[in-house]
Amino acid sequence: MALLEVSDLHVEFAVHGGSVQAVRGASFSVNEGETLAIVGESGCGKTVSVQSIMGLIQTPPGRITRGSAKLRGHDILGGQAADGREIRGTDIAMIFQDPMSSLNPTMTVGAQIAEPLIVHRGYSHRQAMRRAQELLEMTLIPDAASRIKEYPFEFSGGMLQRSMIAMAIACEPSVLIADEPTTALDVTIQSQILDLMVDLQRTNNMAIILITHDLGVVARMANDVAVMYAGEVVERGAVDDIFYRSAHPYTVGLKSAMPTNRRGAVQKLTPIQGTPPDLFDAPAGCGYYTRCPYAMEVCEATPPIVFDVDREHQSRCWLHHKDCLQQVTQIYRP
Amino acid sequence: MNKPLIDIRNLTKHFDRGRHKIRAVDDVSLSIEAGEIVGLVGESGSGKSTLGRTLLGLDRKTAGKIFYKGSKLPTVYRAKDFHRYARSMQMIFQDPYSSLNPRMTAGEIIGEALRLHSDLNKSDIAKRIEEWLVKVGLNTDHLGRYPHEFSGGQRQRIGIARALILEPDFVVCDEPISALDVSVQAQIVDLLVELKRSLGLTLLFIAHDLSMVRYVSDRMAVMYLGSLVEIGRSDRIFFDPKHPYTELLIGSNPEPDPNQERSRQKVQSIGEIPSQLDIPTGCRFANRCPHAMAICHDVNPVLRIVSHEDDKRLVACHLYE
Repeated sequence: MALLEVSDLHVEFAVHGGSVQAVRGASFSVNEGETLAIVGESGCGKTVSVQSIMGLIQTPPGRITRGSAKLRGHDILGGQAADGREIRGTDIAMIFQDPMSSLNPTMTVGAQIAEPLIVHRGYSHRQAMRRAQELLEMTLIPDAASRIKEYPFEFSGGMLQRSMIAMAIACEPSVLIADEPTTALDVTIQSQILDLMVDLQRTNNMAIILITHDLGVVARMANDVAVMYAGEVVERGAVDDIFYRSAHPYTVGLKSAMPTNRRGAVQKLTPIQGTPPDLFDAPAGCGYYTRCPYAMEVCEATPPIVFDVDREHQSRCWLHHKDCLQQVTQIYRP
Repeated sequence: MNKPLIDIRNLTKHFDRGRHKIRAVDDVSLSIEAGEIVGLVGESGSGKSTLGRTLLGLDRKTAGKIFYKGSKLPTVYRAKDFHRYARSMQMIFQDPYSSLNPRMTAGEIIGEALRLHSDLNKSDIAKRIEEWLVKVGLNTDHLGRYPHEFSGGQRQRIGIARALILEPDFVVCDEPISALDVSVQAQIVDLLVELKRSLGLTLLFIAHDLSMVRYVSDRMAVMYLGSLVEIGRSDRIFFDPKHPYTELLIGSNPEPDPNQERSRQKVQSIGEIPSQLDIPTGCRFANRCPHAMAICHDVNPVLRIVSHEDDKRLVACHLYE
């Protein structure tokens, strides 16, 4: 059984004159000690999906309309807020894209790292501060003893993200959700942060859910991948399945829109034409219909179901229907 | 040999911050041939954007000379200087959200330069605006719309049309795709490359996405803390970086290919880019460099030619002296 299993999650937000269907069917899971990457463009619902797991969706306007999220088999979504609070911050922790705005500017970094230990673990202030210093050392911040007394503005972006990680792992969570943790950082710092996450994962046997739009980061970090588009998970599988046996036209499109650097390979980028659909007025059929080079008649009005392409590899696309006549060489078929 | 279109010599730009001096661009020399795309890469705070802005007179240079087609550009731009050079040099900005005036329609934004810098009459201007809308992949329905009605990619198309409508020779593209989604980035890059080809443009393409820079540019210049550390053909630099900083930068760049990532040699990355207020003496990279020697902490290396072949590679590093 997977450590954390999310199935058929639907989230909508009430807005003036209707609702935005931000997540319209997200299923993914992550195992102990492994990394799941959720990849997709802005507005595809990746952040909202994990925020719902963390109970960070403000209700109203947000509402989880369907689906479940189970940690070791126990539902952690919505209603049972009491349970949720126990789990969130201790068993599941989250780090955010912009470390500068996610930390409290009026508290020292040390006090912020110590806070979850005091709240959830009943540490005394002194114990918690001592642990905070150890955690900063674990995240390789030089001179941790004096750094814990400093404020966020005195830290660089990379060090802030290290502090966020220190705070997140303070209660030794079994799942760490990282929402674009390196997007705001330079590539050399990104590399350091990703290495740090891998090291911590090895020592704590922690599961990581990594949200990113960068396929390079996915290739480097993930065991499994969920590709999201227009609120839905359109393809799921092991990282090699997603990269070398892509089964959804959107995954194929994303890959060919990004430059790769294999020595000697001359390549031409193929942009995906058009823009993602407006989820205020979600399309009746497949969300990718208007941009898909292989779109068929059925795709316009009938939302595709999820097909098993292979063991543990799924794609939400009519091309995989057994009666589909169109043969597309770019799309993997076993 | 042809005269370069743009010749930058010992360009320096300092900002005064009270008692401190920020050395954003420090003694940078670079020449750009007509028809070339030069990629400028480096981390945030390396001075890439300041270099681009100073080049076009948007920031006043502190020292150094810039030549455009052999003639020296002014140090202080007055209205008539902007007027004179607007037709030759333009800029495309990073953030398509804040770089368009929200109170002007797409048509007004694109046509403004023509109204200011050309003798065309109203109907000719209108015709040109429509032509350019189509050239950048928008259509005439978009003329009367305001920036907030467009997506990021469409706004960047407006920014491109605005910069190119005067048909300049030289365009500084300051991170034109960083604010865009992956699938849209390729659209904008393709558009730029295609317009470059059809108009014979020369581009300085500033970006931090190394793979994109390699894909787009003929040559690459790597900047670190205000100075250039390596210049050469993009492919050559990418697969055979000489400067330890370039090596670190390229080694840190994740490849969208799991097999390649699994076989990647781990790069040793120490520390972070120091503050511009406190630039180390000697080589700026010395405190992070795995190969640093005694001399590196005292003497600042200058750019030297390290390989000839078909790739005139310039590297500023004591390892190659």
